[in-house]
Amino acid sequence: MAKVIYFDNNATTRVADEVLEAMLPFLKDLYGNPSSMHTFGGQVEKYIRRSREQIAILIGCDSSEIIFTSGGTESDNAAIKGVLAALPEKRKIITTRVEHPAVLATCRQMQAAGYRLVELGVDRDGQIDLEELESEVDDDTAIVTIMYANNETGVIFPIDKIAEIVRAKGAVFHTDAVQAVGKLALNLDKSNIDLLSLSGHKLHAPKGIGVLYVKKGTRISPFIIGGHQEKSRRAGTENIAGIVALGEAAELAAKTIDRENTKVKKLRDKLEDSILETCRGAMLNGGKINRLPNTANISFEFIEGEAILLSLDQFGICASSGSACTSGSLEPSHVMRAMGVPFTAAHGSVRFSLSRYNTEQEVDFVIEKMPQIVSRLRELSPFVK
Amino acid sequence: MWDYNPKVMEYFLHPKNAGEIENPDGVGEEGSLACGDALKLTFKLDKNGRIANAKFKTFGCASAIASASIMTEMVKGLTIEEAEKITNKDIVDKLGGLPEQKMHCSVMGMGALRVAIANYRSGKGQPQKKIEGKIVCTCFGVTDREIERVIIENELDTVEQVTNYCKAGGGCGSCRGEIQQIIERIRGKKTKKDEVQTKPKKLTNLQKIQLIQRTIGEQIRPLLKADGGDIDLVDVEGSKVIVAFRGMCSRCPTAEFTLKDVIEARLREFVSSDIVVEEQSE
Repeated sequence: MAKVIYFDNNATTRVADEVLEAMLPFLKDLYGNPSSMHTFGGQVEKYIRRSREQIAILIGCDSSEIIFTSGGTESDNAAIKGVLAALPEKRKIITTRVEHPAVLATCRQMQAAGYRLVELGVDRDGQIDLEELESEVDDDTAIVTIMYANNETGVIFPIDKIAEIVRAKGAVFHTDAVQAVGKLALNLDKSNIDLLSLSGHKLHAPKGIGVLYVKKGTRISPFIIGGHQEKSRRAGTENIAGIVALGEAAELAAKTIDRENTKVKKLRDKLEDSILETCRGAMLNGGKINRLPNTANISFEFIEGEAILLSLDQFGICASSGSACTSGSLEPSHVMRAMGVPFTAAHGSVRFSLSRYNTEQEVDFVIEKMPQIVSRLRELSPFVK
Repeated sequence: MWDYNPKVMEYFLHPKNAGEIENPDGVGEEGSLACGDALKLTFKLDKNGRIANAKFKTFGCASAIASASIMTEMVKGLTIEEAEKITNKDIVDKLGGLPEQKMHCSVMGMGALRVAIANYRSGKGQPQKKIEGKIVCTCFGVTDREIERVIIENELDTVEQVTNYCKAGGGCGSCRGEIQQIIERIRGKKTKKDEVQTKPKKLTNLQKIQLIQRTIGEQIRPLLKADGGDIDLVDVEGSKVIVAFRGMCSRCPTAEFTLKDVIEARLREFVSSDIVVEEQSE
């Protein structure tokens, strides 16, 4: 395969070499079931325990508060539906308009089943109004679910403050932290977050493994039942290789997290500043300050996202877009629309998301190619005068 | 990722006839920025009345650019009468196929061509877009005539196909029932209605509440959401249904009208004919 410049790390990440190494024995020799009575199976249990501890260190919690799931989507579903099932007398859900579909679709399904759903809007920077949140949380509210950082723009929400507001009103607070874990330092013991979703493949572990963190004392019913695994909180024979991989990835992330805000951020800023300067009609989406260090979401006025992505693809450059065409739907990204990005720019939004494996040469290559791609498409556009 | 064939990619990466002709004999514009794709077509005739030159400008994805480019090649040398016969299907065939969800790109090409021809006939120069028929899909501004045309020319059977071909029904979704009716009228088929089932004879209170909830979720909420509003079911007391408006609806002076005209009518149709809807008092 030709050379690939991978700037789509919010979609998924490469599996780190150390992670692959750590998980391989469990796909080969150590294939036993940890629930078995024999030594061969039972010996695997200790590796699950180790992984739990590695993850607990990364996010600052007790290892007993970690439930392994199949990934971020399952964790989000389990958190929302699990809390509603455990608190049948409460009928209200609060979320935002910019959540990942794993949260938004789940909330809307519950709305169709009769729950009251409040979707908080965001301002041009992608931020919610904390006073509005405070006025919406009431005695009837079962759960508030607000993402830690937005996958499209990288905008970070003031989660600690939000969790405090929700806690003060006695509702359960869940955050989809799939994009934040490994990039931002967390300390859940010191926060009021009750539930948190994370996904392995966003931090250099493989797909198909994730975690739902459940703070001790949080009332929640199990989402997937039919087995005693995870103390009956999530049934199904454990994905041992995935669990070991996620533990290893968490340990690596804990070691490299400082680099996110130094090396990765520097590369992102160079890429972003240069594109905004050299490409006509380019503008940044989402507030510049409270943002993940690896993400840049840039709109190119009067041209369309899919055409940009396919042009980048000719050079082996991987990115993604909030345009209607790339998703197979007919409307641009719900995040862009919620932020009030005008149609002239929403269809032409491109997200570059970096990781610690990217290099300055790669950034320079994209900086070199981007202006010619943009000007070619602008020449084709009937809206550029 | 879309499965574009090499020909589509070639016409996207190296489009022929990109640009705009000065003092054209015909100009056609189709689509808009809001819709996510748009096309401006210009052509000039030779002294024998054949299309001597045609150029395009496209805001859109790879298939929109490729469709427009190949169409400008197809019309060259044709008379207006011949060019008029080109359908979106001809464009797709010439490209060697498009992904199903991208068919609307070829329809946009055909649309711009027809608008350009109409513009030529009505006196050249000024671009115009004439709306024929009645708007069915308000999100994308698609008329019944346009929907009928894609159904007939491409032998479409389902609402989903219609959405793929001309976008109608791809926004809030509240016009899908009407599109289904157009399909049935044209195709003469009695496809099963997959709406809320016809009401059972006698409903228990539990069944009634569930049916009300479903009707609100499937029939009413999408309509209100299209206008930035929302609705909550607060309570059901016998045949009295109490609701609360939210979002834009809560400040909307015509909410009272919506209440009676839309919500009550739908609930009477799908749940029970004696239903009365009231707004929750503060």
